[in-house]
Amino acid sequence: MTLKIVNPGLATSIQDLGRPGYFHLGIPMGGAMDRFALRCANMLVGNDEGAACLEAVFMGPQIEFTKDATVAVTGASLPTKVDGEVQEPWSSFVVKAGQTLSFDFLQAGARIYIAVSGGITTPAALGSRSTYPIGALGGVEGRAVQAGDELPTGGATGPGAGRTVPEALRRMPGSPAKLRVLPGLYWHRLTDAAGAGFFEDEWTVAPEADRMGYRFKGGRPLEFVEREQPFGAGADPSNIVDGCYSYGSIQVPGGTEPIVLHRDAVSGGGYFTLGAVISADMDLIGQLQPHTPVKFEKTDMAGALAARRSRKEMLEKIRQELV
Amino acid sequence: MKTRYTFGGDEHVYVEMDDEMSLDAFFKSLSMSNAVREANIEGVTEICPANASFQVRFDPDVIDPDDIMSRIKELEHRAESAEKRLNTRIVEVPVYYQDPWTHETLMRFRERHQDPNGTDLEYAARINGYDSVEAFIEAHHSQPWFVSMVGFVAGLPFLYQLVEREKQIEVPKYLRPRTDTPKLTVGYGGCFSCTYSVRGAGGYQMFGVTPMPIYDPAQKVSYLKDFMVFFKPGDIVKWKPIDRAEYDAIVKAVEDGTYEPRIAEVEFDLDEFNADMPGYNAKLLEALNDA
Repeated sequence: MTLKIVNPGLATSIQDLGRPGYFHLGIPMGGAMDRFALRCANMLVGNDEGAACLEAVFMGPQIEFTKDATVAVTGASLPTKVDGEVQEPWSSFVVKAGQTLSFDFLQAGARIYIAVSGGITTPAALGSRSTYPIGALGGVEGRAVQAGDELPTGGATGPGAGRTVPEALRRMPGSPAKLRVLPGLYWHRLTDAAGAGFFEDEWTVAPEADRMGYRFKGGRPLEFVEREQPFGAGADPSNIVDGCYSYGSIQVPGGTEPIVLHRDAVSGGGYFTLGAVISADMDLIGQLQPHTPVKFEKTDMAGALAARRSRKEMLEKIRQELV
Repeated sequence: MKTRYTFGGDEHVYVEMDDEMSLDAFFKSLSMSNAVREANIEGVTEICPANASFQVRFDPDVIDPDDIMSRIKELEHRAESAEKRLNTRIVEVPVYYQDPWTHETLMRFRERHQDPNGTDLEYAARINGYDSVEAFIEAHHSQPWFVSMVGFVAGLPFLYQLVEREKQIEVPKYLRPRTDTPKLTVGYGGCFSCTYSVRGAGGYQMFGVTPMPIYDPAQKVSYLKDFMVFFKPGDIVKWKPIDRAEYDAIVKAVEDGTYEPRIAEVEFDLDEFNADMPGYNAKLLEALNDA
């Protein structure tokens, strides 16, 4: 055992890059909300990029180490301390056996990733250690970590202190956060005015924002093209015959508050979706706090692919920095 | 039936066979998603069939979105000519209608419901023109159902009743979804019945509860040892009404590892079914009773 959880924080869970392949059974991909930050944390401590880390939201855990390890914390700005001594963010540092890792108050962003050399080695379920509490898969007995849990790690001491991701290569949302959206799916259900309004309005992150989805409020209610509802859909104009939901797709139950479906989202359902946040911007959503202003920005497939390339190039630069 | 193709972001192709639900749309969607799987297109990472639509997830670093879209479109003609026949199974699922647990839950969420003064069953019976809750429950379990999608949460089946459209029950979802639904609740929304595989949020009307687990990540349940999810699209379900004593007995048998659901292997042929629904269902139920 390497990590003793003294205080779990708010909702600290074990996450890796997730378990693709079971969405057709209603089991979502899961995995880190901010995959970019998880990859960086792992690179800093010399792990495979997809090794299991701790994902903490809004509040850090308190962890006692029982073995020496290289550690890195990426993602949100949450001052990190080892036995009270502040450590550099997005950089590797060493925690010795008997020392305690703890955190101060959140300054920006929402989620941190704590990588430990060797990775967390709790048992995998369907190919991943990611915690999916609804389906009781991964994590510790299918749940988030609790005080008293002892987490095993791969045990390597790692490359040691002083490795860092340059500030220009750390990726965090601005304010207002800009989320690029590719219209599609059931976009045709919206009137032209409602479609335009969705991109014109400024939205804010609602309190209901978690690993399943992020809800937004503050924009004008959406209006639908009139039609006789198709058989089996349900009476509300926002209803469809239950279908699959794409990751990042934006559903708007009742036309009022858009919900972006995220890593632990339900795999399908009966609400219309107007399009999807592009893959390159999904990581940014996981760093949004409630009340953060957000603008949805319309893009096209070429724009989505360019953003995807740019994100990959950024990761590649970091890999080269950390060789 | 009009097929509609669209992208879901830069990683998904979404294909809607029809905007309304029918078994024809289901079969076309299933055939086409099978054709996509058999085509082994490089870059395809997941294929998710749904009720009257399906979704293909792809890696745009491996295949250009326009290329995957045209490859999928090319497969539509194969789905049209595919036989609408399945080798499948019919499963008897016990249901304790009007149970105390869903009743407690539905009372707790009454302010989110269309009819705050009644129960979900009373409401569903009334808007579907039934004289009594008992007659409505009879309609719910007397004819079999077809699993037309698995999803929402882990292993949850959406079921479509094998009766003429005019006999199908339709109910709206809750005005605002509940934050809680008992595990194994038998629910209803639109034209679909479902069994909630796990406890959690839900918007379907609640009719009862089954003692038969359908998802077990620990794989301790005897009939889930091979795989943690019980249902797959194409399965046929016959609800069997039970009382509290039978419910308790089955719960205990599941715990003891002695419960085995009643299952029969059957073939389902859509054309034969469409030609004589009551006759075809009678044959399906006969196979189940002989199992």
